[in-house]
Amino acid sequence: MWSWVLHRITGVAIYFFLLVHILDTALVRVSPEAYNAVINTYKTPIMGLGEAGLVAAIGFHALNGLRIILIDFWSVGTKYHRLMFWAVIALWVVLLAGFLPRHLMHVFGG
Amino acid sequence: MTTEQVEAPRSARVARRSTNFEKWGWIYMRASGVVLVVLIFGHLFVNLVAGEGVNAIDFAFVAGKWANPFFIVWDTLLLWLALLHGANGMRTITNDYAYNPTIRRVLHWANGLSTAMLLLLGTLVIYTFDPCPAGASADLLPSFCAAP
Ligand code: HEM
Repeated sequence: MWSWVLHRITGVAIYFFLLVHILDTALVRVSPEAYNAVINTYKTPIMGLGEAGLVAAIGFHALNGLRIILIDFWSVGTKYHRLMFWAVIALWVVLLAGFLPRHLMHVFGG
Repeated sequence: MTTEQVEAPRSARVARRSTNFEKWGWIYMRASGVVLVVLIFGHLFVNLVAGEGVNAIDFAFVAGKWANPFFIVWDTLLLWLALLHGANGMRTITNDYAYNPTIRRVLHWANGLSTAMLLLLGTLVIYTFDPCPAGASADLLPSFCAAP
């Protein structure tokens, strides 16, 4: 139930980011100045935290999506769905432990 | 004794032998999901983790990536698979919450139209990209533009 709620919320969040992201990338077709002006806002502290949240959301959605696929196709998937949920959480923590320090150092310097 | 005639059931819809859109949508969500894991984590690694991370991204960075056909294919797949996956997911959510038939139809149309337009826009951007646009100042362009 909660995995479903989180999967849906992260899916919608990523979807709306993707819409914006296709439009901001399309600025490379306008001019280098226009693209750089917008992409530079991605390097500010607030957007940097936003990117951290985005990667956290994608990380959960991706790992839990693989869990859904295993539940659907793996013969004992439904039996282990709860265990796999905790595996998703564990892998997610590992993923963020690897990503966050590096990304926050890029954004905040250090 | 006569055989009793059993009338054929008057089912509202005769079973149609057409493609099952919802089934293929369901399969697509899973098939694209597996591929997207690779495409998205590769994308995040190259753009946010490797080298200077987000600070390295600018016009010249994009031009450098798209000078390599590998990233043109990568980004095209990412665009189509992710947007169709997301749009189909949003279609499911619309069906779940939009009870009003008119609102539901409007949302489905908005979803379909925006998806079609963004696929067209994104694809055009990738395949009509000019890494050395005339008149742009050289310090914003990739180094290979300087070559005679
Ligand atoms: C990283 C790899 C991804 C995987 C493994 C994945 C997997 C899945 C799976 C298995 C479903 C469930 C479909 C169903 O229940 O029938 C789903 C739903 C969904 N996904 Fe993804 N997905 C990924 C990336 C994305 C991306 C990039 C977006 C946004 C553009 C997205 C948006 C959605 C949405 C909106 C839903 C519908 C949620 C719902 O019905 O509750 N997903 N995903």
